[in-house]
Amino acid sequence: MELVLAVSIGVMASCGVYLMLRPRTFQVIIGLSLLSYAVNLFIFAMGRLRVGAAPVLSKDGVVDPSLYTDPVPQALVLTAIVIGFAMTALFLVVLLAARGLTGTDHVDGRERR
Amino acid sequence: MTPSFLLIVLLLLPFMAALLVAVMPRNARSMEAWVSGAVAALGFAAMIWLYPQITDGNVLREEINWVPALGLNLVLRLDGFSWLFGILVTGVGFLVVLYARYYMSPADPVPRFFAFFLLFMGSMLGLVLSGNIIQLVLFWELTSISSFLLIGYWFHLGQARDGARMALTVTGLGGLCLLGGMLIIGHIVGSYDLDVVLQSGDAIRNHSLYLPALLLVLMGALTKSAQFPFHFWLPHAMAAPTPVSAYLHSATMVKAGVFLLVRLWPVMAGTDEWFWIVTFAGLATLIFAGFAAIFQTDLKGLLAYSTISHLGLITALLGMSSPLACVAAIFHIANHATFKASLFMAAGIIDHETGTRDIRRLSGLFRFIPFTATLAMVASAAMAGVPLLNGFISKEMFFAETAQRDANPFVNIALPLGATIGSLFAVTYSLRFVHGVFFGPPPEGLDKVPHEPPALMRRPIEILVLLCLVVGMVPGITIGPYLASAVISVTGPDTPYYSLSVWHGFNWAIVMSGVALAGGALLYWLLHAYLQKGIEGPPLLRRLKGKRIFERIMLTLTTKWARRLESLFGTRRLQPQMFLLFLAASAAAGAVLAGRLGRVDLALEGFDPVFALLWLIGIICAVMAAQQAKFHRLVALVLLGGTGLVTCMTFVWFSAPDLAITQLLVEIVTTVLILLGLRWLPKRVEDMRDEVVLRQVRLRRYRDVALAGAAGLGMALLSYAVMLRQPLPGISEFFLQNAYALGGGTNVVNVMLVDFRAFDTLGEITVLGIVAVTVFAILRRFRPAAESINKPEQQLIQNAFDDRVPERKLGDTVNEYLLLPGVIMQWMFPIIIVLALHLFLRGHDQPGGGFAAGIVMSIGFILQYMAGGTRWVEDRLRILPVRWIGSGLLLALLVGVVSLALGYPFMTTAFQYADLPLIGRVPMASALLFDLGVFVLVIGATVLILIALAHQSIRSPKAARRPVQPVPEAEVSPDAPVEAR
Repeated sequence: MELVLAVSIGVMASCGVYLMLRPRTFQVIIGLSLLSYAVNLFIFAMGRLRVGAAPVLSKDGVVDPSLYTDPVPQALVLTAIVIGFAMTALFLVVLLAARGLTGTDHVDGRERR
Repeated sequence: MTPSFLLIVLLLLPFMAALLVAVMPRNARSMEAWVSGAVAALGFAAMIWLYPQITDGNVLREEINWVPALGLNLVLRLDGFSWLFGILVTGVGFLVVLYARYYMSPADPVPRFFAFFLLFMGSMLGLVLSGNIIQLVLFWELTSISSFLLIGYWFHLGQARDGARMALTVTGLGGLCLLGGMLIIGHIVGSYDLDVVLQSGDAIRNHSLYLPALLLVLMGALTKSAQFPFHFWLPHAMAAPTPVSAYLHSATMVKAGVFLLVRLWPVMAGTDEWFWIVTFAGLATLIFAGFAAIFQTDLKGLLAYSTISHLGLITALLGMSSPLACVAAIFHIANHATFKASLFMAAGIIDHETGTRDIRRLSGLFRFIPFTATLAMVASAAMAGVPLLNGFISKEMFFAETAQRDANPFVNIALPLGATIGSLFAVTYSLRFVHGVFFGPPPEGLDKVPHEPPALMRRPIEILVLLCLVVGMVPGITIGPYLASAVISVTGPDTPYYSLSVWHGFNWAIVMSGVALAGGALLYWLLHAYLQKGIEGPPLLRRLKGKRIFERIMLTLTTKWARRLESLFGTRRLQPQMFLLFLAASAAAGAVLAGRLGRVDLALEGFDPVFALLWLIGIICAVMAAQQAKFHRLVALVLLGGTGLVTCMTFVWFSAPDLAITQLLVEIVTTVLILLGLRWLPKRVEDMRDEVVLRQVRLRRYRDVALAGAAGLGMALLSYAVMLRQPLPGISEFFLQNAYALGGGTNVVNVMLVDFRAFDTLGEITVLGIVAVTVFAILRRFRPAAESINKPEQQLIQNAFDDRVPERKLGDTVNEYLLLPGVIMQWMFPIIIVLALHLFLRGHDQPGGGFAAGIVMSIGFILQYMAGGTRWVEDRLRILPVRWIGSGLLLALLVGVVSLALGYPFMTTAFQYADLPLIGRVPMASALLFDLGVFVLVIGATVLILIALAHQSIRSPKAARRPVQPVPEAEVSPDAPVEAR
């Protein structure tokens, strides 16, 4: 399991980094999203992988922490997902405005040569 | 009020008054002057009241903890010497305010003047009251900054801007050096406390770092006090309004440099290095600036050079390192402040009354303004060192000190000779000031007939000149005790005896004085013919312009070298920047991890083919998306969604239901958002030319692939290595054990978000709100590229079809598009609302919560937009996303503030169960209210972002450049901004 997830994180990060180095703004936004997936999963994986141990307690009072997966990375990633959405939205709007102002969708606001 | 507490008030008062004055009306000249004058007068009174506390070497201290861990505390400290300075700062400050009240024209923005003035006064007070050397540097820099603002007060004049910038650059550079010096001293002593530093003289002088510390401190002091070769900024600072010059260049700003030298005199003076550098910098300045002053044609220029020269005298005295020389220096600091302030004010009156400060155009003013002229003449006499005036006594002491026999024959000759020549020049330029301005034939060609200024404008000069006279005649009973308490705080209890009196018998000093007076008069007589020619600048040195050299250096540094460096290292292109960024990040991570990763074994137990298959799809989607993003945006977007879904399923798989829900919902919203944006991006057709990729481009791609591969490999390795290790005990157990007990919820992740880490969440929703408003603001002025203005191709085809078929009206097809799904979407609305509420209410105990519910709700809204169109929805629903954002944020904040009001820390929560009819037992935590705020804000933010983009389609926007077709007036929708019409 760990191996599959690690490989997937690596591939997504690679695709994300590659796209962020591309000249077109749309490529960059897709790259940013892919990189976000990779990083979110990476943070999530820091809490180790547990199957069937969601951090939702029963109400009988006694809590055995070993029965539940680590909630801290989950809380962090939840925040990251929402902020990632905000970042994508802002970047999208900026790239649209830049394209309107400069007439090109190149990341530098002008075509090379 | 305890005396030490009074110090704090004394220091804070000018700063608060500066704020107050800054917001006063522009035409309330008197009111602002009243406030400023009251602050200065109060400061003066407080100083007088505090005097008994600091006689006989006593020190008044007040300490406020600041960064105790670093040994940095705010220490206010008053001793005899800083008391003397405090009196100068507040006393001369008061007089200058009074003068400025009449000097400033009603057309000038007076609030700004007095606000800066008070800011400066506060900084100067802070400087002299500092009992911590780092704090001293802080206020030192504040005086540089506030004097920059004052010198550049008339910023419409290029001269004022240049002068201000030069003053700031030179003194700011000095301040930076001073900070370095102070840090070294702090390192040597082991404390930044001034009292400790003052006890550690031997340790400092014998330390190997003494010389660097000395050089750095002297850089600070000599630049501030305009000593050669840093003197050039001061004459250019004369572009300031005259009250500013009278204050800055008599009693305060330039005196800060010598203040520092006196302050550190007990611990740094006495070495050979100190003697040679300080004495000769001072002596050179004394002679050079005195010589230059003779040949100035601008009154203020003359006074500026004379100020430099007198500061040179004080510096030279301090360099000599004998306690008596130090006494003379402190005495001269006070004397110079009185006569120079009055002279500057007199020069200002002459300027005011005649319209010029040019000595060549002025003459015979005595008959027009006899009273002011008399005052100015007395002050000039004090400046020249004429007996029975205060300048004479301190100058006598200076002569007496230079005449001491020294082992070094060079010193034996150079010091008395230099002192005599410097004083001789002082007599000459004083004579020129008096004779050139007040005597001779009546002036010709003046703009107005000069007459005496208002009596109150003259009063400050009268007071100062009176002081010159009284101190000059009976020094022992006037300034004597105050000088004694100042001296004792610097030179210590065993200060040798010194006598303050006019006549000390016939000695070397009186001979030198006589030579200077007679020689100065003779020199003026000899030079008279030359000076009448009215040539600007001193002979021989005219070509040596400090300003020109300074500007050349600045040009080289800030323009030429900066450009060259930028062209070498800088780029405006994003791609190289990103490449370097990722390269640096990967290299840094690699460097840290290399050799520390340990053994990474291949662990295959628990391998699940379904999960592997899932990620096979995810990986294919990701790679394909990367490949398609350039030419097939829609495909790339769909593929991105695929990867997102697999990510979402991974969360489900590994016990993170909350993450899965949020990821799924955010995925939907992001996709809709980007879909809305696609319409405004240029069409990119893959054609044959693109196939023939340049070799250069191909190489760059390989390079990028290599970097991306390395980064991905690193991430994979790192996450794999971590996942195989046993987790260290962290804070997770606390959350698990206390989520229910303390937070009242069983969904630990949600409890963490709205309770344990609610403050983070508050920050996060604030960011979300800001982003939404920013998106809205950017899109309000949105100008699409010209080629995207036309209706989308699909709509054109649909409209053409309507045109062709007779029974159809134009727009029918567009309206009927997605008819069936549209109806379903409309019916879904109530269901989605219920789902959102369900997710929201159960969030504390079961997966869900404010975030998820908010996004669900906004999806409900956006579905209505998709089904019915923007106009249809907005006719039927009141969509007020900005208000939702505001109320959500307020509600969340309110929950935090209420706990504050009840005496708990910010964001403390309470919880209770309530039995609601029909629904049953419902947890009613105050965290639920907070979550409600999150819920409302998320709806607002998401809806605002989505509809701001959606609105563009009905806006008929103008193109940024060269519109393809002009937009008819009528087509503009009502929500378009005014500029668009």
